[in-house]
Amino acid sequence: MSAPREHGILMRAAQALLAPVLAVAIAMVVGDLLILTYGESPGTVYALLLEGTWGNAYGFGQVLYKTMTLICTGLAFAYAARAGLFNVGAEGQLAAGGFAAALIGLALPVATPAVAAVLLCTAGAMGAGAVTGAVPGVLRARFGASEVIVTIMLNFIVLALLNYAVASHLAVPETLHTEVMQAGFVSRLGAFLPAFAGSAANLTIVIAVIAAVVAWWAMFRTRSGFELRAVGLQPDAAEYGGVNVPRTWLRAMIWSGAFAGLGGINFVLGYKHYYEEGFAAGSGFLGIAVALVGRNHPLGIIAAALLFATLSQGGLAVNALVPKQLVDILQAVVILAVATTVPEVQRLLQRAASAAVRRGSTEQTT
Amino acid sequence: MRRTLYLLGALVAAHLLLLTITPSGATIAPEGEGLDIGIVFDVGGRGDKSFNDGAYLGGLLAADSLSARVRYIEPGEGSDREAGLRLLAAEGMDLVLAVGFIFTDDVLTLAKDYPDVKFAGVDYALSFDDAGNPLPLPDNLVALKFREEEGSFLVGAMAALVGESKKVGFIGGMDIGLIHKFEAGYRAGVMHVCPDCEVLVQYAGVTPEAFKNPGKGKELALSQYNQGVNVIYHASGSTGLGVFEAARTTGKLAIGVDADQYAEAPGHVLTSMVKGIDAAVFDAARAVQDGTFQGGVRVFGLAERGVGYVYDDNNRALIPDSVRTRLQALEEDIIAGRIRVPSTR
Repeated sequence: MSAPREHGILMRAAQALLAPVLAVAIAMVVGDLLILTYGESPGTVYALLLEGTWGNAYGFGQVLYKTMTLICTGLAFAYAARAGLFNVGAEGQLAAGGFAAALIGLALPVATPAVAAVLLCTAGAMGAGAVTGAVPGVLRARFGASEVIVTIMLNFIVLALLNYAVASHLAVPETLHTEVMQAGFVSRLGAFLPAFAGSAANLTIVIAVIAAVVAWWAMFRTRSGFELRAVGLQPDAAEYGGVNVPRTWLRAMIWSGAFAGLGGINFVLGYKHYYEEGFAAGSGFLGIAVALVGRNHPLGIIAAALLFATLSQGGLAVNALVPKQLVDILQAVVILAVATTVPEVQRLLQRAASAAVRRGSTEQTT
Repeated sequence: MRRTLYLLGALVAAHLLLLTITPSGATIAPEGEGLDIGIVFDVGGRGDKSFNDGAYLGGLLAADSLSARVRYIEPGEGSDREAGLRLLAAEGMDLVLAVGFIFTDDVLTLAKDYPDVKFAGVDYALSFDDAGNPLPLPDNLVALKFREEEGSFLVGAMAALVGESKKVGFIGGMDIGLIHKFEAGYRAGVMHVCPDCEVLVQYAGVTPEAFKNPGKGKELALSQYNQGVNVIYHASGSTGLGVFEAARTTGKLAIGVDADQYAEAPGHVLTSMVKGIDAAVFDAARAVQDGTFQGGVRVFGLAERGVGYVYDDNNRALIPDSVRTRLQALEEDIIAGRIRVPSTR
């Protein structure tokens, strides 16, 4: 009885992996051609990219550091997407989370026990992200406002408010960051694994992995997770089945924001111990790509976060030979290739295409 | 499924094939004698027509006349700054340059981690102890700082003398201490030659976006020109492109910043307050070459020719000789310490 089931799991895993693997292969060939047009040798550049990321402990530490933030923003997008919502606001939610963590760390007395301080700062980060996510959640649940528009616009508002608070009130003169926190430090990996010395990698990566496990459990093993996915697949049917759709949307946005906010502790608690303007600029948007490549599944998101973190760090390593925009292009190719093969996106495209056809035919008749 | 697998196989084969190609001009690992210099740019990177490009120019100069090998890194997000510096330092570069105040913490950490590598921080923000004295820097770190207020003082005086109006304008980018330095020097310069003049001061915003908002720059500039201002000095990054646009449409004058910005609006750029980042970078490289490199703070003001204003064939017609003579006298007074230019408002 168990053999065919395992076979089924293997097949499913292979099918899930096929699209991303194909996407990476396409990206590598495109990269080869770009590097050649730039007059460099693809072999050298890729060797340098691997050497600078997975080839030594420092590079790998940097990859882990970037992975942490991307896991969080990827989970944020995926959690909302499972409920059929498009949360484009991770950028602002992430910044709000980092800011709240830094504020709490600044306000706590120096003597606060380390564990308590870290827990408080982490809760603050998730809370701030959740509040930022709740705003579009409420607007969607109560008034049916498009969460896409609201989250995009909220990014500007949140970032501008934080900019103002930091630049005009909290910044150390001549800089764009706050004072160093009093408490709430998370140790870097280099503190107990000397090979990682100097890299920004820190123990918050463990928290991110725990968050991914919790997200998986919440999505697939709880009743509210079932409701979440039911609403995402077909809201009308879910409502008919007795699910409170608006409440599910709100809950999804709150958790989505909390995951994004959690990403803020990576820089603030684990690395610099202060909030800095634009500390993870772009990571919120990259989270969308991570979730897409990871097929909105927490396990896939961890893998995709590692991939994008590797590309991002690799871009620095090869910067001497080719412009770093090369890596941006590689990322874009991966995203495009995956986007066209992922069933959810295909369904969306088909729906858009048939809508266009319908619009076309009505225009002809009128 | 099978078709996809074939496709995958074909792609991997193509990739492996392409990996073996080495074009004739490909970079080979640097070797031989000569200085190795690494430069990490501010987020934003090359092409800003301002200080990143200034540092790039300094690097080119070092490559030309010191036959140095120069490598550049453009960081993306926050953690890339330290990573970029570390990448270069770990390769055993002779000199690693960090461009921009935002590198302050990173370059200090690195200087401590790599005592054998020399570091330089452009616009490095000094920390002060409780008594208000700057904290000493490591021996292998030099902070390259500029007295932007001195250059701004001279263009302020020029704006008041040439403007033929009791009102002169200033447009800043982001409302922060760094830009207040420009404003304070400019205001002092205006007041020095025209005590009853009024300086209209406006900032484009409180976020870093304020440095790249030409629309806002144009709007602010037009309103100042309409109030009777004839000359506007901007210290606002690419927001200033809007100021030049406004100068062109109203036929009035604007003053550029950091680099010679005459080309942005020929005939309407009175002058530019230039900051000699290229020279500072080149000096640091030469000091390493000669073995005269010293850690600490190096300040570039008028006396060191680190700041100044543009006076050449392009704008000579706009500046009367009497004004030029007056400015030269002011410059001597500042260098001799007879005029003290404020750096805060």
